[in-house]
Amino acid sequence: MSAPRTMAGGFAGLLRRTRALIRKETRQLLRDFSSIAIGIVMPVTLLVLFGYGINLDVRNVPVAVLMEDDSAPARGVAAAFELSPYFSTQRVRTMNDAERMLMAGDVRAIVRIPSDFARSIDLGAADVQLIINGADANTARISLGYAQGAVATWAAKEAERTGNAGAAGGIAVEPRLWFNEANDSSYFLVPGLIVLVMTLIGALLTALVMAREWERGTFEALFVTPVRSAEILLGKTVPYFVLGLIGLALCVVGSKLLFGVPLRGSLVILTLVSMLYLLVALGLGLVISSATKSQFVASQVTVLVTFLPAMMLSGFMYDPRSMPLAVQAITYVFPARYFVTLLQTLFLSGNNWSVILPNAAVLAGMAAALLALAVRLTRKRIA
Amino acid sequence: MIVSLLRILTLIRKELLVLLKDPKSRASLILPPILQCLIFGYAATYDLNSVPYALVDQDRSAASIALVAKLEGSGIFRREGTFARMTEAVPQLDARRALLIVVIGNGFERNLETGVPAPVQVIADGRNSNTSGIAQSYAGAIIGDFAAAWRAERGFPAAGVTVSTRAWFNPQLETRWSMIPSLIGTITMMMTMMLTAMSVAREREEGTFDQLLVAPFTPTEIMIGKAVPSMIVGITQASAVLLVALFWFKIPFAGSFFTLYAGLALFLAAAIGFGLFLSSLAGNMQQAMILAFVFLMPFMLLSGLMSPTENMPAVLQYLTMINPLTYAIRITRVVYLEGGRFAELLPDMLALVAIAAVTMPFAAWMFRHRLN
Amino acid sequence: MEDRPLSLVARDLRKSFRRDAKETVEALGGISLTVRKGTLTALVGPDGAGKTTLLRLASGLILPDSGSLTVVGLDVAEKPQAVQDRIGYMPQRFGLYEDLSVQENLDLYADLNGVSPAERRTVYPRLFEMTQLGPFKDRPAGKLSGGMKQKLGLACTLVRAPELLLLDEPTVGVDPLSRRELWEIVFKLIREDGLSVVVATSYLDEAERCEHAVLMHAGEILAEGPPAEITAKADGCCFLVKGPEGVPARSLQARLFALPGVVDAVPEAGRVRIVRRPDRLEEPLTLEGLQLETEPTGARFEDAFMMLFDSVAGERDHTSPAPLAASPENAADGTVVEVRDLVRKFGDFTAVDHVTFSVRRGEVYGLLGPNGAGKSTTFRMLCGLLPATAGTLRVAGNDLLKAGAKARERLGYVAQKFSLYGQLTVGENLEFFASAYGLRGNRKKERIATLTAAFELERFRDLPSGQLPGGFRQRLALAAALLHEPDILFLDEATSGADPLARRQFWGRITALSEQGVTVIVTTHFMEEAEYCDRVIILDAGRNLAEGTPVEIRERAVSGKTAPSMEEAFIAIVERERAKRTEKAA
Repeated sequence: MSAPRTMAGGFAGLLRRTRALIRKETRQLLRDFSSIAIGIVMPVTLLVLFGYGINLDVRNVPVAVLMEDDSAPARGVAAAFELSPYFSTQRVRTMNDAERMLMAGDVRAIVRIPSDFARSIDLGAADVQLIINGADANTARISLGYAQGAVATWAAKEAERTGNAGAAGGIAVEPRLWFNEANDSSYFLVPGLIVLVMTLIGALLTALVMAREWERGTFEALFVTPVRSAEILLGKTVPYFVLGLIGLALCVVGSKLLFGVPLRGSLVILTLVSMLYLLVALGLGLVISSATKSQFVASQVTVLVTFLPAMMLSGFMYDPRSMPLAVQAITYVFPARYFVTLLQTLFLSGNNWSVILPNAAVLAGMAAALLALAVRLTRKRIA
Repeated sequence: MIVSLLRILTLIRKELLVLLKDPKSRASLILPPILQCLIFGYAATYDLNSVPYALVDQDRSAASIALVAKLEGSGIFRREGTFARMTEAVPQLDARRALLIVVIGNGFERNLETGVPAPVQVIADGRNSNTSGIAQSYAGAIIGDFAAAWRAERGFPAAGVTVSTRAWFNPQLETRWSMIPSLIGTITMMMTMMLTAMSVAREREEGTFDQLLVAPFTPTEIMIGKAVPSMIVGITQASAVLLVALFWFKIPFAGSFFTLYAGLALFLAAAIGFGLFLSSLAGNMQQAMILAFVFLMPFMLLSGLMSPTENMPAVLQYLTMINPLTYAIRITRVVYLEGGRFAELLPDMLALVAIAAVTMPFAAWMFRHRLN
Repeated sequence: MEDRPLSLVARDLRKSFRRDAKETVEALGGISLTVRKGTLTALVGPDGAGKTTLLRLASGLILPDSGSLTVVGLDVAEKPQAVQDRIGYMPQRFGLYEDLSVQENLDLYADLNGVSPAERRTVYPRLFEMTQLGPFKDRPAGKLSGGMKQKLGLACTLVRAPELLLLDEPTVGVDPLSRRELWEIVFKLIREDGLSVVVATSYLDEAERCEHAVLMHAGEILAEGPPAEITAKADGCCFLVKGPEGVPARSLQARLFALPGVVDAVPEAGRVRIVRRPDRLEEPLTLEGLQLETEPTGARFEDAFMMLFDSVAGERDHTSPAPLAASPENAADGTVVEVRDLVRKFGDFTAVDHVTFSVRRGEVYGLLGPNGAGKSTTFRMLCGLLPATAGTLRVAGNDLLKAGAKARERLGYVAQKFSLYGQLTVGENLEFFASAYGLRGNRKKERIATLTAAFELERFRDLPSGQLPGGFRQRLALAAALLHEPDILFLDEATSGADPLARRQFWGRITALSEQGVTVIVTTHFMEEAEYCDRVIILDAGRNLAEGTPVEIRERAVSGKTAPSMEEAFIAIVERERAKRTEKAA
């Protein structure tokens, strides 16, 4: 007669059961190529793409240069564009040709040096026309800045040459970029990358594996054992937590080795805040899957409430300061916003406690609330 | 032929029923595109309208005060505080209370008057180099204008050369104008690819796929039966986004709806082809979903949505060529903003046809050969 | 016995479910029940009787609407966890982790239940021996055959000896050998460990072996007591009937079953066993003007069961099928299904090993065999769902894997696992499959109406099929496969989990189809169902052990004892062949 033992067995039982569930979950995770795909293949792919492919710095913008004036200053301006690394130019003869190329998408802009250019210079008010395709507003705006820069540089040199110092403009604006002196967009993309990877592993993967158990009915038998719902949740979270940290490590090491992105803050703090965010993401995944109980719906909801905000509203791609106030307010609802702030600070600025403490506190609060909600929602009941 | 058509119709009806029956799944098909469009529309903008900055005015002259007035008069720059020394302003930047520090150097006014270049430092928080660069260029432009006006008032010679700009298709260079049309493709791609991949995986998981294979459906019929409902959903979602663009964001539509929808239909065929291709690799819904993501991310990054494709290294440029989204974004922008005609876009449309022509037959072949 | 402590006490237990927004369905309508410690109680009843609901209530997975339920001395609604710590529960659909191996699934449940390593050393070998899963320890659970999964589920439930064991249809899809072994384990636990067991089952021979049987119907208890007491109600009403020469037993059975005074009829060793209504025993038994000879025989639990349900089930459809005719032997010339030297390997494992058989037009052909014998694999190859490694396959002259869609038009297929669209309603599913097979217009409407009525699916028409009770899902799957009146019907364990009444109706329909010339190939674990077949083949470990008519198969197995039942014959043949093989190996 081996029956009524102390099955629940207090703390030892809790440990044993949790360990068994973690082992089970880890095995399932390791056997499914999709977890490896999302935990390892995706971070590496994104890292490479962000490092080499996604360059927000505009270079080699194709422009058509139309010279209606053949004077020395006009040639000088044209040369300024031709020598600039930001443009790849081609000369055209008529405005018609130029416009056709712009329409056809062969060039993004037309630089037109009007026939009275040299004469106007002598009068002190010459004008270079820039006609730009605004369909991609961002690239257009950046190109515009470069064009102005190219012309201004030429004008300054010209002024120096003619000994007319100061004529080019009275104020010398000295732009400086702190924290990212190289003005390299991979510097600020890496923190974003970490957010995306963590969000996908933490929220999406967890939501799917949890919803799958509901869908396949594997919970029915599991529920009628001494296992507690908190143990089930713990078993679900630990392996994905570890996978998330592996993703983090890949991102940090990869960005350092491949692109030399500095980590100015402490690695320990970075790891700690990442853990906090992972907990929030896991909590969200668990809550969503418990509420929907269907893989299909859970995946849709997770993308909508975790992934998209992480990409769009977190300050990773777009600065919330540019958004309308109502949208700015909404960004504060999403945990990714706090995490991106933390990551950007830790990577590029350093251990800046006035940023770290409040943001980390918000994440901690969210993690606690979500995990508590997950425990409440995961009752050992079916239907 | 007719019989085959009727069987396909049966499959389509079934698929739409499965998709639209459950209110939760119905909502998950139409709400997300609209929400995404609104979120992206408001969030995805580089048009700064409020830049907090810290001022370090070491000159405290009439000229420096006039410059600050000009900066703030733009309505964009908002002063977080004025500091005597740099060291006092720095924490503002560190704590992200200010995006810029504007330092007006000692002797600013004197230099202006004597014609010696007067230094103004604009220090930006490079944690988001993109935003910072834009804020700096705003500041630079305003300061430049100020200098020109100041000197003109006092009879100094005018600055030499100016650049006058005219932007076609988007006169104000609003990010939103280029963003939203691109979203028509991006959002529908995300949704339809996931939808298609998961719907096949769901049938495999639930065993209904066997039932289809035993029934007198040919693989091609099954494939069309899966593709058309996704296409219908995709077109509906695209139209929803289009309506938001036209009537909520009020972005003027320059082209022809026929060309736009023709392009969208071909694009959806290619995207769905990819979804079906993924579904033949995935054994269950989880794998289908994750595969869709692993493919979607690079598709989005390599599409020209966020950065122009011509800047990418050659290898990646080849990859952009097999990416349906690259063509979709080009087509939607060209049709919507530039009013491009069908003939102009023919190469892009043909590329989409080619992608669908490879992925769809492969998926159909895999239906039967991915047994066990 | 009366003073034994109570394991389960239910008082006026009620539970209803909301179906959609408007309709509520009463699953249990005030049940009172007690289960004494150390006893085996069987819950029997047709589909939708409320057996599963009762077990789920007892395991704390759902809450009752009213009434009280005490399990192992604890109120389940109040302390579900405390109850779950002390009981064992095997759900109808035991959700194994398909990507974990057999051993890993077992280990998980052992860990969760706190089975010590020392206990495992004694329990595991016993479980592996019982389930014959030993050779498959490292195989992922998802790759096991249906019956093997069921056995693994049971093994997971039995890793520890709980105070009360709740089993919901534990032997659905389990072959007779394993079923016997499985019950031996359960009986041993009751005997040696004083375990109490409540089992819901549709195998009435299992219920017969219990100490206490509870007959449920539509959420209420119809009768309860020791099986022998219940069986006694059918005493004197049971007879064996022999039909005219050349008439298949199933044809006679179908007609007898349709007679007004007959409660039950099943084929048995070439004859038909019938149960007559007690109030009509005096009437002579005539069929088509012919007086039939009857020979009295002893009552079984199943006979009493059928009699009790006949009294509450309302009027059965007594319209007699077409007049009795001799088996269309002469018409059955063409060979419809031909399998020669069929081999299927999965890696090193040979699932089907040179199997050869052929099925003639209009035949009912049975594939029998223990779990993992290769029946389903053979089936999937026949249906074109799986390529063969070697050998030839012809279904109506085609290899379905390569043949076009047209060749599949005349085929009906019911998979082992329920595989219709769970989100769609019963009506929508039927609509879809009717159109899939090219039915249109009035003909479609008419076929759907006929089958909905025949399978008693009207009241579920608008229910998503995923929410149907188990047995009704089976009916729906069969109805969907019959819509287009196929020439060849493949039924992979189509009756597993169906209640006895539903099985009678099912076989009545199969009989009618075969009389119209439809070829039926069927696998089943109900050996008495093999009696409906013209011929059967017994497979084990992918090899052909025996082929012939049910009578021939029985004769082969005779060993002194007279007239073994089909089940006994099956067990004898498989065991004899297995013994031979081990001898050879040694």
